[in-house]
Amino acid sequence: MQFGLSESQEILKDTARKFFAGECPIAEVRRQMETDTAHDAALWSKMAEQGYTGIIFPEDFGGVGLSAVELALLMEEAGRALLPGPLFSTVALAGAVLSAAGSVEQKKKYLRPICHGQARSTLALLEASASWDPADARIDTTGNKLTGEKLFVPDAAVADSIIVVSRDGAWIADSKAFGIKISKMSGMDLTRKIYSVQFKSTPAEKLANTAGLSRGLDIAAAALSAELVGGMQRCLDLTVEYAKTRKQFGKPIGTYQAVQHQCADMYLETESARSAAYYAAWALQENIPDASVAVSIAKMYASDAGRTVGNRGIQIHGGMGFTWENDLHLYYRRAKASETALGDATFHRERIARAVIDAGAKSAKSAQ
Amino acid sequence: MDLNLTAEESQFQGELRSWLAVNVPKHWDRMREEALEERFDFLRKWQRKLFDAGWAGISWPKEYGGRGASLMQQVIFWQEMARAGAPPMANVLGLGLIGPTLIAFGTETQKKRFLEKILNAEEIWCQGFSEPNAGSDLASLQTEARLDGDHYVVNGQKVWTSYGWIADWCEVVVRTDPAAPKHKGLTVLLVDMKSPGVDVRPLRQMTGETEFNEVFFRDVGVPVANVVGKVNSGWDVAIGTLMHERGSFGAGLQIIYKRNMDRLIELSHTVHRNGRPTADDPIIRQKLAQCYAEIEIMRLNQMRAFSRISATGVPGPEGSIQKIFWSELNQRFQQVAQELLGPFGQLTAEDDHAIDRGIWSYGYLRTRGNTIEAGTSEIQRNIIGHFVLGLPRSY
Repeated sequence: MQFGLSESQEILKDTARKFFAGECPIAEVRRQMETDTAHDAALWSKMAEQGYTGIIFPEDFGGVGLSAVELALLMEEAGRALLPGPLFSTVALAGAVLSAAGSVEQKKKYLRPICHGQARSTLALLEASASWDPADARIDTTGNKLTGEKLFVPDAAVADSIIVVSRDGAWIADSKAFGIKISKMSGMDLTRKIYSVQFKSTPAEKLANTAGLSRGLDIAAAALSAELVGGMQRCLDLTVEYAKTRKQFGKPIGTYQAVQHQCADMYLETESARSAAYYAAWALQENIPDASVAVSIAKMYASDAGRTVGNRGIQIHGGMGFTWENDLHLYYRRAKASETALGDATFHRERIARAVIDAGAKSAKSAQ
Repeated sequence: MDLNLTAEESQFQGELRSWLAVNVPKHWDRMREEALEERFDFLRKWQRKLFDAGWAGISWPKEYGGRGASLMQQVIFWQEMARAGAPPMANVLGLGLIGPTLIAFGTETQKKRFLEKILNAEEIWCQGFSEPNAGSDLASLQTEARLDGDHYVVNGQKVWTSYGWIADWCEVVVRTDPAAPKHKGLTVLLVDMKSPGVDVRPLRQMTGETEFNEVFFRDVGVPVANVVGKVNSGWDVAIGTLMHERGSFGAGLQIIYKRNMDRLIELSHTVHRNGRPTADDPIIRQKLAQCYAEIEIMRLNQMRAFSRISATGVPGPEGSIQKIFWSELNQRFQQVAQELLGPFGQLTAEDDHAIDRGIWSYGYLRTRGNTIEAGTSEIQRNIIGHFVLGLPRSY
């Protein structure tokens, strides 16, 4: 039993950190976020060369064959860099669902080009009801034709295919298919664009293994939790650095306990979110029975901590923290979008409650 | 990263689980009705039973009565104790703080003399650190020890000494060089609590109990052989003890937290509010789930910390987050328990209507001490700020 990263995991994480720092420094993040899609084709090719677009997919389909833990480490570093564009939506979200729910043929058709960096994908789940429970989806799938509207779909404008979650499973459609209309939604996060996608009798193919959908979504939620951790770590680092250099009353403001204690809380929350995210990824890798609870614990904690770490970081930066020029608000915006994506803390606490409180009621009844 | 058990760990877990299944006493939590002495005696016998079966001091060296197993097996031990709902062991400070300190800093003679008797609960330990004028600012302590031939003569007063009333021995930090800067003139001594001149007085807590004590030392003779580490280097030894207190001590607490959580979930099905079980109340559900998740995160943080200690050998200042986490979580948990139990939460053991013989009202009051004992939350945040994050010292 060893809850530390292995040597190869350390190397992967370190390499990713250097890669993102070199290829997508914050000035580049700011450039891309001002573009329509926040997607850069040249950067995408380089990520594919690194194997990032196929990191968790089987080698049979051109992937690297690593596990949810390595995906979490990659996403943590992407989060630290505030990487714009569709890496999360293509790999951690749509890719993970395809991998878990697709047939061999479907994976050959859709997953292989993703691994090779030739295609991007995304997943459409939320509707006007804003429910993350697929059972609440109302999109019509009669006769393998999709009709309805999905909201908050990340990176839809640069996706080649879109996975659509319905009440009866998951479907995949070509993003250029008949009847699809993609419109931009204007969200707080400038680095990950969101869209509404309307379908009208759009031909789609059902993913063969419906049961795999929940596992795919769990992998995505664990990866998103890890991405939040990376963002928190960056906020903490920026804030500690600022507290060491900014002087008031003749001393660095980090000398004052009112500031120090806020930094300590940022550290505590970041480390705790990291423990939970790593464990969730490991639980998914090993397919342990309560992996879904571990995912909910990770996403619940990271959703709240991403926000509170940002709150403290901005406060300690004082007036500077409130400026457009300072980078903190970019992380803060991402954290808010990620907080609700794939279920906020309230949603995941209810999921935990169903597993641990209601299970108790059942066993109490069966004992009577 | 591999949280799967190795073959050896798995065998260890299997043996321990089978042993606990047969040997964990039933209904031991009813012990709360008994007097402090009787409860302690029960836990002491339980520890002796664990020791005799080879389950005390999992990661301590074999030659001193331990099992000689890995730190991760120690972690498995706590998890299994929690899973089995087993009582904790009696010699809390000996096992958690003084033993590890002696293993790190003690002489061979000290290790042979003291360690096994810590494990079998034959000798109970307490810790003489805080003084009336030296709490958070521990290094300003004034209890002095003067060298007189082959022994030191100790004079002074310690306070908040848990287990002082039953302890056989005490790890005492004293000032041996009053002229040196405050951190430089300290020495750690092992003091026999039965020595002439040691006077233990009860200190009543806000819970009504007298868990801890004031300890007065008046011309108490302590042999030079009982110095731990080097003379005037006691601060390093004391910090070593405190690192264990902050970092690893909390690991044993998951036994209690898990048990409390399970019980509160059980109660949520039977305690009603507005005509329905509290388990159906959406706000209570949210709060219970939050506590459940945080208890799990406490466990995960500790596992990560132990993996790091396995690699580096010693607990570091980052252990302060464990201390903050377990203490503040316990306060939040007891607050939720009070909310769930409503007016019944306030009832004490003496009341026939009390749920679980008043443990919830006791627990609520007791948790206020959690963020004060073993280094206040404020001190822990200073430690993280300065020693982990590298911010300038605030004092």
